[in-house]
Amino acid sequence: MRRPTRDTAESHRRITRRGLVVGGVQLAVLGTLLFRMRHLQVEQADEFRLLADENRINLQLLAPARGRIFDREGRVIAENVPAYRITVTREQAGDVEEVLARLSRLVTLDPGELEKARRDLRELRGDTPVTVADRVDWAAISRVAVNAPALPGVTPEVGLSRRYPLGEVYAHAIGYVGAVSARDIERLDAPEALLRLPRFQIGKLGLEAQQEELLRGSAGTRRVEVNAAGRIMRELDRQEGRPGADIQVTLDNALQAYTQARLANESAAAVMVDCDSGDIVVSASSPSYDPNLFVRGISSANYRALLEDPLRPLPNKAVQGIYPPGSTFKMVTALAALDAGLIDFNETVYCPGHREVSGRRFHCWKRGGHGNVNLHVSLRDSCDVYYYELALRAGIERISAMAERLGVGVQFDLPMTSVAKGLAPSREWKLANRDQPWVVGDSVNASIGQGFVLASPLQLAVMTARLATSRSVMPRLIKTIDGVEQPSGHGEPLGLNENHLREIRRAMFAVSNDNRGTAFRSRIAEDTLRLAGKTGTSQVRNISTGERATGVISNSNLPREQRDHALFVSYAPFDAPRYAVAVVVEHGGGGSTAAAPIARDMTLQALYRGDPPLEAYPAADRSRIRTQQEELRRLIARPDPDPSDRA
Amino acid sequence: MSYLEYSVKSAPTGPRKILHLNWPLALLLVTVASVGFLMLYSVAGGTLSTWAEPQMKRFALGFAVMIAVALVPIWFWRNMSLLAYLISLALLLAVALVGVEGKGAQRWIDLGFMRLQPSELMKMTLVMVLAAYYDWLPVSRVSRPLWVLLPLSLILTPVAMVVRQPDLGTSILLIVGGGAMMFLAGVHWAYFATVIVLGAGAIFAVFASRGTDWQLLENYQYRRIDTFLNPDTDPLGAGYHITQSKIALGSGGWTGRGFMQGTQSRLNFLPEKHTDFIFVTLAEEFGFVGAVSLLALYALIILFCVATALNNRDRFSSLLTLGVAVTFFLFFAVNMAMVMGLMPVVGVPLPLVSYGGSAMLVLMLGFGLVQSAHVHKPR
Repeated sequence: MRRPTRDTAESHRRITRRGLVVGGVQLAVLGTLLFRMRHLQVEQADEFRLLADENRINLQLLAPARGRIFDREGRVIAENVPAYRITVTREQAGDVEEVLARLSRLVTLDPGELEKARRDLRELRGDTPVTVADRVDWAAISRVAVNAPALPGVTPEVGLSRRYPLGEVYAHAIGYVGAVSARDIERLDAPEALLRLPRFQIGKLGLEAQQEELLRGSAGTRRVEVNAAGRIMRELDRQEGRPGADIQVTLDNALQAYTQARLANESAAAVMVDCDSGDIVVSASSPSYDPNLFVRGISSANYRALLEDPLRPLPNKAVQGIYPPGSTFKMVTALAALDAGLIDFNETVYCPGHREVSGRRFHCWKRGGHGNVNLHVSLRDSCDVYYYELALRAGIERISAMAERLGVGVQFDLPMTSVAKGLAPSREWKLANRDQPWVVGDSVNASIGQGFVLASPLQLAVMTARLATSRSVMPRLIKTIDGVEQPSGHGEPLGLNENHLREIRRAMFAVSNDNRGTAFRSRIAEDTLRLAGKTGTSQVRNISTGERATGVISNSNLPREQRDHALFVSYAPFDAPRYAVAVVVEHGGGGSTAAAPIARDMTLQALYRGDPPLEAYPAADRSRIRTQQEELRRLIARPDPDPSDRA
Repeated sequence: MSYLEYSVKSAPTGPRKILHLNWPLALLLVTVASVGFLMLYSVAGGTLSTWAEPQMKRFALGFAVMIAVALVPIWFWRNMSLLAYLISLALLLAVALVGVEGKGAQRWIDLGFMRLQPSELMKMTLVMVLAAYYDWLPVSRVSRPLWVLLPLSLILTPVAMVVRQPDLGTSILLIVGGGAMMFLAGVHWAYFATVIVLGAGAIFAVFASRGTDWQLLENYQYRRIDTFLNPDTDPLGAGYHITQSKIALGSGGWTGRGFMQGTQSRLNFLPEKHTDFIFVTLAEEFGFVGAVSLLALYALIILFCVATALNNRDRFSSLLTLGVAVTFFLFFAVNMAMVMGLMPVVGVPLPLVSYGGSAMLVLMLGFGLVQSAHVHKPR
């Protein structure tokens, strides 16, 4: 049977017509596609090629290893240790909660950190690794590695972190590093991209902060080809960075640790300077704290405890603390007068126990007075009236000039935080800062290191070193940088009359070795290592006339914060000075009892390079010293309070 | 439908039919499929076994299906059309009930040896049933409202089911493909004009409904539309795929980055690089020249189909051939427009090139019908 031709022909015509229309539409669509393709592939090709390369090539910064810090003997002060952390990547983990639950059975997870990690896992892109546990130990990392199949998306990662093996021994001088904060970045004009690396650490305090540029080194870069998931497929090229410079400081681990232990829980500071090179061998401030706490981010409770501690553990009292130097300043006054030819060292001044100056009565510490005193006796017995007389003769300008010549009131350029300038006052200074004219009473006060005079323990140690050597010894903290020896602080001659200096030294020798001297009890018994020193007691309160009449209240009867600061400066051995020491014990009472023994012990430790034989001590003290040595040895050898933390 | 009969006196019979196949068309199909093998080899990082080899086997199977279908007289297929359509519809229904979830949508039926996608099958059987319908319907009644309503329901019934899966790409292909069939059959212009106006209104409604209780599309579909309109707003999220796709296309330049040298696909910046986005890899590695060449191959296939359709006086045969051509065209046009950022990403594979069994088999079945119509055309 045939289909009716009419219908077929008509339908064929219609289909042909419509087919051509459809074909035309198709052609138009093809043309559009072609045009679009040309637009993308020919006109915008370069732009897209660039984008493809940007996609594919990732420039990564390679964090340089921070320079290490060693002590003068090459022992470690600050080092870089591998720090392990555990990250979770949501995309790979699948069921994040399940993975975290499994992980928590292997590793203790800090609830706070976990909370933050959960939020990051929810909010960040799925392929971002989120840290769930930081500073985990090697054992935990191994457990995670062994259980890797059950922990999808969990990756143990290793980085470098700063560690201070001696803990609190170096908190002040060396300082610490910490994670870069937003403020650190703001502070810098052009912060390096390096600083924005997650977990990058920079120096926050002390040497670590002051020598940041040197220690940091420079970042390396590598270009890697990454896939869409960010996984590195291959390295295209690599430019190694420069690791930070290793710094060797002039400090001595053993002495520093000894001193820190010796200062125990006093609020005190001690500085020891090498008389030959100016090397700061010890710079101790007590109480101290563990800088490692700051590296990992100190808890606010711990930080508040440090802030509110009445003994103020945070400031570096050795260089930052400024104190009225008290009688340790008398050498300055004496030299100022001697240098100006205003007194002869045999000339005597009569001390009745006080001195009237322009209607005001200035007291000597000894109520009954010292009688006739010459220079030698005035230092040995620490007579105050003698120096009142010198102040009246010499005037404040000469005294201050001499103070600065000896290092008091001088800003030393040292890589530590807040190195204090101290103060050698002058008429202009008082007018500018106190808006009052200088009065002669001010000079009288200054002559015995009270009033406006302020010195840091470091300055006192430098002053003592200069007195001992006749050279302007300059303190230095950095011995070598990457093995290159730094300029020594040996110093040029002071240009003072050697006879004057010799007389001062003889008097300082008497302070420690004459049985009338104020520090006789803290002498060194070994003949070749004799100590020369000067005690100081600086008043922190005004003693009223009424109190003088009824008798000055002794320190032991005062609340702690009203007691005098105890100071002592010394150098040894007397014949060939090697170490100059300054010790300040805040509210310690008298310099002879609180500060001098510390300086003596430090000196002996330095001279003997360890515990000295008991024969070096006066016979009466030996049994007490033995006990003290044993106790200190135990303190220093104390195992890490929390070894797991340091892993 | 026995009242219809063809003059088959000069039609080839038996094995001689093989000689009367449209061999140039078959050769074009093999060429395009080979381009696919090459690209699958490339995106698998230079291994055959991942995608290229299974794809070759499927194409071989598809090619055999095409020959087998071609050898069966076209009137048999015409008679089978309604049945095939109903079977497809039943399978679509089955998928809604027992389908396996794949890529967030219910599309598959697991037959054991292969996973069947009934929506793919429907693309072809819809063309068949519409061709058969208009073959049966006297030309004079084609534009009468009642006779327009029937094919419309034939189209919209499967669309309704596919949209629910949800599979936007197939829905578009079914509507546009079915509409094209009605247009080719000679339905009056006014109907299409009306639909276009209504469609514009519907699009307006879709956007106006957003965020209200009667929201017409899924949120993910809205997001895709947003991303399409402005992919730069979310380059790491929703717009990531299309942005990366454009980067890959563009970085190909004139002559491409070289075989197996496309960084975008090799480093996994491209999504679905072996299926929907395989054209991007081709364009990245062979550049404008390569992309245009593939486009030209596709255009030639369409051209051959149209030519054989217009040379065929049998109404079912021409309608069917044109319908297959339109469906084929829609496949690659939508896919290319999608990867070039001219259309939302709706999930349509590149015909004969993208990795995948159902689409390949159904297309080869369609070309089998075209070949059958060619072999058995009235002479």
